[in-house]
Amino acid sequence: MSYELWILTVGSLAGMTCGMVGCFLILRKLAMLADAISHSVLLGIVLAFLISQSMSGIYMLVGAAMVGLITAFLVQLFSSNGVQEDASIGVVFTFLFAVGVILISLYANDVHLDVDHALMGEITFVPWDLVQWWFLPPLPKAFLMLSIVFILNIIIIVLFYKEFKITSFDPQMAAAIGIPVLLIHYLLMGMVSITTVASFDSVGAILVVAMLVAPGASAYLLTDKLSVMLVLSALFGVMAAVAGYYSATWLNVSISGSMASLNGIIFLLVFLFSPTKGLISKKLSSSI
Amino acid sequence: MSDLNLLQMILYDANTQWVLLGTMLLGIASGVLGSIALLRKQSLIGDAVAHAALPGICIAFLLIGEKSLVALLIGATITGLVAAYCIQFITATSILKEDTVICLVLSVFFGFGIVLLTKVSQSPAGNKSGLADFIFGQAASLVGNDVKLMAGTAFILILVTSLLFKELKLLTFDPAFAKGLGLPTKFLNFLFLTLLVAAVVIGIQAVGVILMAALLITPSIAARYWTNSLGKMIILSGLFGAISGMAGTLLSTFGRGLATGPFIVVSATLLFFLSMLFAPERGLVIKWMRRIKYNRKTKEEQILRTIYKNLEDCYLKSGLEECLVTTNAVASELAFSEKLTLTILGDLLKKGYLTQSGNEWSLTNEGLFKGYLLVMKQRVGEICLMHREEFNEEEQDQLTSKVIDKPTDPIAERIIYLLDQYNMKPAISPYEGKGLT
Amino acid sequence: MNPVEIKNLTVAYQKKPVLSDVSFEVPEGKLIGIIGPNGAGKSTLIKAVLGLIPKASGEIKIFGKNYNAKDKVVGYVPQRGSVDWDFPTNALDVVLMGRYGHIGWFKRPSKKDMELAMECLRKVGMESYSNRQISQLSGGQQQRVFLARALAQDAKIYFMDEPFVGVDAATERAIVDLLNELKKQGKTVLVVHHDLQTVKDYFDHVILLNMRTIAEGPTEDTFTIENLHRTYGGKLAFLEKDRVMVNQK
Repeated sequence: MSYELWILTVGSLAGMTCGMVGCFLILRKLAMLADAISHSVLLGIVLAFLISQSMSGIYMLVGAAMVGLITAFLVQLFSSNGVQEDASIGVVFTFLFAVGVILISLYANDVHLDVDHALMGEITFVPWDLVQWWFLPPLPKAFLMLSIVFILNIIIIVLFYKEFKITSFDPQMAAAIGIPVLLIHYLLMGMVSITTVASFDSVGAILVVAMLVAPGASAYLLTDKLSVMLVLSALFGVMAAVAGYYSATWLNVSISGSMASLNGIIFLLVFLFSPTKGLISKKLSSSI
Repeated sequence: MSDLNLLQMILYDANTQWVLLGTMLLGIASGVLGSIALLRKQSLIGDAVAHAALPGICIAFLLIGEKSLVALLIGATITGLVAAYCIQFITATSILKEDTVICLVLSVFFGFGIVLLTKVSQSPAGNKSGLADFIFGQAASLVGNDVKLMAGTAFILILVTSLLFKELKLLTFDPAFAKGLGLPTKFLNFLFLTLLVAAVVIGIQAVGVILMAALLITPSIAARYWTNSLGKMIILSGLFGAISGMAGTLLSTFGRGLATGPFIVVSATLLFFLSMLFAPERGLVIKWMRRIKYNRKTKEEQILRTIYKNLEDCYLKSGLEECLVTTNAVASELAFSEKLTLTILGDLLKKGYLTQSGNEWSLTNEGLFKGYLLVMKQRVGEICLMHREEFNEEEQDQLTSKVIDKPTDPIAERIIYLLDQYNMKPAISPYEGKGLT
Repeated sequence: MNPVEIKNLTVAYQKKPVLSDVSFEVPEGKLIGIIGPNGAGKSTLIKAVLGLIPKASGEIKIFGKNYNAKDKVVGYVPQRGSVDWDFPTNALDVVLMGRYGHIGWFKRPSKKDMELAMECLRKVGMESYSNRQISQLSGGQQQRVFLARALAQDAKIYFMDEPFVGVDAATERAIVDLLNELKKQGKTVLVVHHDLQTVKDYFDHVILLNMRTIAEGPTEDTFTIENLHRTYGGKLAFLEKDRVMVNQK
C-alpha cells in the first residue's frame, strides 16, 4: 500500500473509532471526561514504559486503560465528596497530566517519547513504524492497534447496545430493572481509554478530543435515531480525516491539526445548515 | 556545589526574584478569578480559553513577524474571548449540552492553533520563536520586561477584581436580581470573561495552555473546603495560588530546564489533597469520624425512642407504668440485627439510661428524661413540618427545650396545644410525675 | 403475602433525615396513593424501595423478599423531568426499553417484544406516535410513553412518581383508565400524587407521608380531614365541604 493510502487508512480508522465512542460520551454528558482521559493516558503510557521498559503496544494499551479508569474513578470520587463535577474533572486530569510530563522530563533520556509527539501525534511517521505479527506481512503498528480497538469497540457496542442505550437515556430506570449501570459506565470509560491510546500515535492527545466529540456532535444535530447517529459520526470522522489530510498536504501544515480543524468546519456547517436542528432552519421557522 | 548553595544562588538572582514575584501575583490573580468562575460553574471555560489562546498567539506572530509579547497576548485574548462566546452561543442555540460544546470548541481551536504553529515554524523568524514553549510554559526562562508585564497585568487584575468585588459577587450569586438592581449584567459578564481570559493569557507563559486550567480550578476548590464565605474563599484561593506558583517555580528552577507548569500544578494539587483530607468541618477525615459517631448516636437514639414508645403504648393500653420491653421487640421493630441491638443496649445500660432484667429492658429515671426528650423532639419536628409557615424547622431543638422548660411561653403553649390536637403528646412525662399528662 | 412491606425505613441525605422510621404494608391488587406535602420524601421513598438510593436503616420486603431487580416483579415510572428528552430515539424505542430486563444480555428485542411494545402504546392511545422522536411529543404524550414503558415491563407491582404532573386532561383520563385496567389484572400500583381533589376518585388505599408515615389504610377511613391536618398542618385550606386543597403559600 502506498504511503499516502496508509495515512488515510489510519486517519479514517481513528476517525471512525473515536466518532462512535464519542456519541455515547455526548449523550451521557461525559464529553469533558473524554478530554480528561485523553490527557491523563499520557501518564499511563509513561508508566507502562517505565515498568515494562518497552514501547510495545500491549503494555501501552493496558497502562492507558488503567490510568483512564483511574481518572474516571477519581472524578467520581471527588464529585461525590462535594466538588463540582466539572471542577473535579479539571483537577484530576491536570494533575495526572502534570505528573506524566514531569516523569517524561526526568527520564527524558530513556523514554523514546517526547511530549510534543504525544500531544500532536506524528501521523507522517506511521507508515514506517512497522511490526510483524504471525503470518501477516509487516504492517504499520498504528494500523494494527487501531484495527484491533475498532473491532473490539464494534463488538462491545453491538453486544451491549441496548444496555448502553438505556443507561444513557434513563440510568435510574436501568438500575431499577437490574442493569449494572456502573459497570457499563466503566466499560465505556475503558473503551475511551484504549481508543485514545490507539489514536495517540497518529493524532495526539488533544486532537483525539476533537475526533471524539466533533463527529458525534455534528451527527446529533442531524438525526433522531441513535443507530443513525453512530453511523453518521463514523462517516464524519472519516470525512474529516481524509479532507484534513489533503488540506494539510496542500497547505503544508500539521496533518493532525488540520484533521481537527476540518472536524470543526464540518460541525460549523451542520450547526448552520442542518435541516431540522440547524441555526438557519430554526431562525426561518421561528420567523414564519 | 551543594543543593543548598544552588538554592541560595537561585534566590539571590535578580531575575529569579522577578519570576517568583510574577508567578506569585499570577497565582493570586488566577486563584481569585478561578473561585468566581467555580461558583459560576464556569471552571472548564478557563480550560477552553487557554487552549483557544494558541491560535491567537500564532496569528499575532504571523501578522507582526516577531515575538512581541504584548501583541501575542492581545492575539491570545481575542481568540480566547471568541472561544468563550462561541461556547455560550452554541450552548444557547442548540440541543448540545455545555460540556460537549466546551470540549468541541477547545479541541478545534487547539487543532487550528497547531496548524498555525506549523506555519509559524516554517516562517524565517518562527524557527527560533519559542512559541512551542507556550504549550507547557517556561517561567524560569522568562526575562526582564516579559516578567514585569506579567506581574503588572496580574496586579491590575487583582486590583480590578477587588474593586468590583461586590458587583461580581451579586452577578455570581443571583444574576436576575443583579439585573433587577440595574446592574449592567451583560457588561459585567463580558468584563468577567475578559478578566478570566487575561489571567489565562498571562499564565500561559508560565504554566502553558494545557495546564492553565489547573491554576484556575485547583486553588479555588481547595479553598472551598475551608470556608463558606465568598470573601474568605477568594483570599484563601489567592493564597493557595500564590504558594503553588512560587513552589512550582522554585522546583522547576532547581531541576534546571524542567517545565514550570507541571510543578505548579502538582503543588496546587497537593494543597487540594491536604485541604480535602484535613480541612476542619468539611475535610474527609473529620467527616468520616463524625459519620461514625453520628451513626452510633442515631442508633442509640432510635433504641431509646423505641423503648419509650413501647412503654408509652403499654401505658396507654393498660395504664401500667412499669412495663418491660424485650430485646427481640426492639430488634424487630428497628430491623436491627440482634447482635447490634445487644451491643447498643449494653452501651445505654453503661450510660445509666436502662435497667436490665434478663432479656427485658426498661428506662431508668435518667433514661426516661432522655427518651422523653427524644420523642418530644421528633414530634415537635413533625409539628414544625406540618406548620411550616408558623415554625421554623431548623429551630426544632430550641422549640423542644422551650416546650419542656418553659411550657408557659406563648410559642410553647401553641405547640403543646397542637400536640394535644393531634394526639401526639408524649404520654409518660418525667416532669409532671409519671403518667400525668 | 403483601406485595410491599416496609419497616422503620430511615433515609438521610448528609445528616438530614428525609424519611425517618417509615413503616407500612400495602395490600395486593389495589391502587395506592402516596400523599404528602413537598419535601415529605415521597420520591425518596420510591427510590429507596428500588434500591436507587441507600437506606440508613430499616427493612424493605417485596413479596416477602429483599428487592432484586432480576425477579422482574417491579415496574417503575420515574418523573418525566428525570431524563433528557433530546435523546435520539423514538416513542416505540423508549417503550421497548421496558422489555430490556426480560430480554437478557446480548440479545436484541424480538418481534414479539416489538408487538408487545406496540400493544402497550395502543393501550395509552399513542400508537400513531410510535415513530415520533420523543422531544417532539407534548408533556402529556411523553408521560404516556413512560406509562407504556412501565406496562411493557409486565410487572406485578408498579411505582409511579408524579405521573399526573403537567399533563393535559386527555392524558389524565388515559392514565386513570390505565390504572383501573392494571387493577383489574390484579396488579398493585403505588402512585406518588399531590392533587388532593382527586385522591378519593382515584385510589383505594392511601399512605399519608410526611417524613414518617402519618396514616395508612383504605381511602375512606384514612383520607380524613384530621389525618390530612396531621400531614399538611397549617398548609391545608378548606374549600367546600368534603373538598380540600393545599395552600401553596
